[in-house]
Amino acid sequence: MMNGGGGSPAIAVHDLRVIRGGRAVIPGLTLSVPRGQVVGLLGPNGCGKTTLMRCVMGVQKIAGGTVEVLGRPAGSKPLRDRVGYVTQASSVYTDLSVAENLSYFAAVLKIPRRKVDAEVARVMGLVDLTDWAGWRVGALSGGQESRVTLGAALLGTPEMLVLDEPTVGLDPVLRRDLWDLFRTLSSQGVTLLVSSHVMDEAGRCDRLLLMREGVMLADDTPAGVLAATGAPDVEAAFLSLVDRAAEQAERPSGESAEVG
Amino acid sequence: MNPRLTMATASRVMRQVRHDHRTIVLLIVVPCVLLGLLAWIFNNTPVFDALGAPLLGVFPFVVMFLVTSVTTLRERQSGTLERLLTLPLAKADLIAGYAIAFGALAALQALIATGFSLWVLGLNVAGPAWLLVLVAVVDAVLGSTLGLFVSAFATSEFQAVQFMPAFVLPQFLLCGLLIPRDELPDVLRVISDFLPLSYAVDAMRTITVQSSATGEVAGDVLIVLAFALGAIALGAATLRRRTP
Repeated sequence: MMNGGGGSPAIAVHDLRVIRGGRAVIPGLTLSVPRGQVVGLLGPNGCGKTTLMRCVMGVQKIAGGTVEVLGRPAGSKPLRDRVGYVTQASSVYTDLSVAENLSYFAAVLKIPRRKVDAEVARVMGLVDLTDWAGWRVGALSGGQESRVTLGAALLGTPEMLVLDEPTVGLDPVLRRDLWDLFRTLSSQGVTLLVSSHVMDEAGRCDRLLLMREGVMLADDTPAGVLAATGAPDVEAAFLSLVDRAAEQAERPSGESAEVG
Repeated sequence: MNPRLTMATASRVMRQVRHDHRTIVLLIVVPCVLLGLLAWIFNNTPVFDALGAPLLGVFPFVVMFLVTSVTTLRERQSGTLERLLTLPLAKADLIAGYAIAFGALAALQALIATGFSLWVLGLNVAGPAWLLVLVAVVDAVLGSTLGLFVSAFATSEFQAVQFMPAFVLPQFLLCGLLIPRDELPDVLRVISDFLPLSYAVDAMRTITVQSSATGEVAGDVLIVLAFALGAIALGAATLRRRTP
């Protein structure tokens, strides 16, 4: 596997095992994500994307293995103002205004007091909510609410962003704008791990992780995934990889089912 | 722990409450109405003077228990807690922030309820009014910290509300309001010794009948505060960065 950028990879997962409700949700995963890229984590609902992201953020109990982020153990103290996190749930206070939410999270990130207002204004501009600053989040549309959530993760310019389905339920224009924002951030050196179950977002990523039932079916560039499978689009490539993995699983224990 | 983060959290919680006008009105008006009702029912009897002060301690306890358990449950469920725990916020900052915010709210409630009882309803107590307010605030803080702790065991707001009768009513029955604690059956009296509300009510009773028993009241208040600190420690233990 190639690691772009110098130093340690953005994310280094080694032999990660996660058991939830007696089931091995991630049975043993090794993975490396280079810095400064937009990495798409794609797979069907329930395949373990959220669990993997929670491991990267250090909020998931794990049964074994290691997860390192920016060269440090996932979730450790030095990472807490360097990695922005957007969960699927909106994770902002719906009874506070947009500006109040962002100001609070800015304070929690220990952004110097005199810089908080400017930082909040900057982020509201990034997620296009400047005109809604005084609005209660609960009174906004779903798309606007998810942009508040994203804005909170952008405060303080983190080195890495972990975004769990940030574009779900957004209209096409908004989705395009967000992906443009992700590209801009990545051009500034930010690493983005973005999950989606919509395969057509794959083309916008530098690198793809195709996941199914806790196993990586592919870890390659979009072009590489297409070339390796001969499929016309990522959705077809995913399906062909699923079939291939099923065939390998049927064979008596010979080669490993991992596809690099 | 960082004072700025604690205060930022406290002011955030207060802002949330401030946006919710109906809750504020309920917090302030309901205790006054209930005390007024009590005074009216026991008009021309000594009962209101005997029960008024202890109830001034019980109401903030009950109300703050409910408000805090629902608010923190919401925080746990909305994903904001998970986000906060990935940020440079210590658990102690979060809990202390909650305790300060609800403590301030409780102080407001206690001031108004006490003033209303003393000057509108004509409650007679031997001790000083400020001591009534102080004990009421400490009771409210106790309610907040217990609410924060039990919210960890609720998975829905329905359950959180049900914890109120489960945790609070037994304490209410045994705290000495219905019959004095030393007249309780032995087993129940021993149990009541281990319940914080007993000490809250003891303190209020002392203030009711004695004009200069500040030391005795201070002892009870310290016990209530110790229970509150214990609940904070237990509450902090239920806030886990890593969850299954």
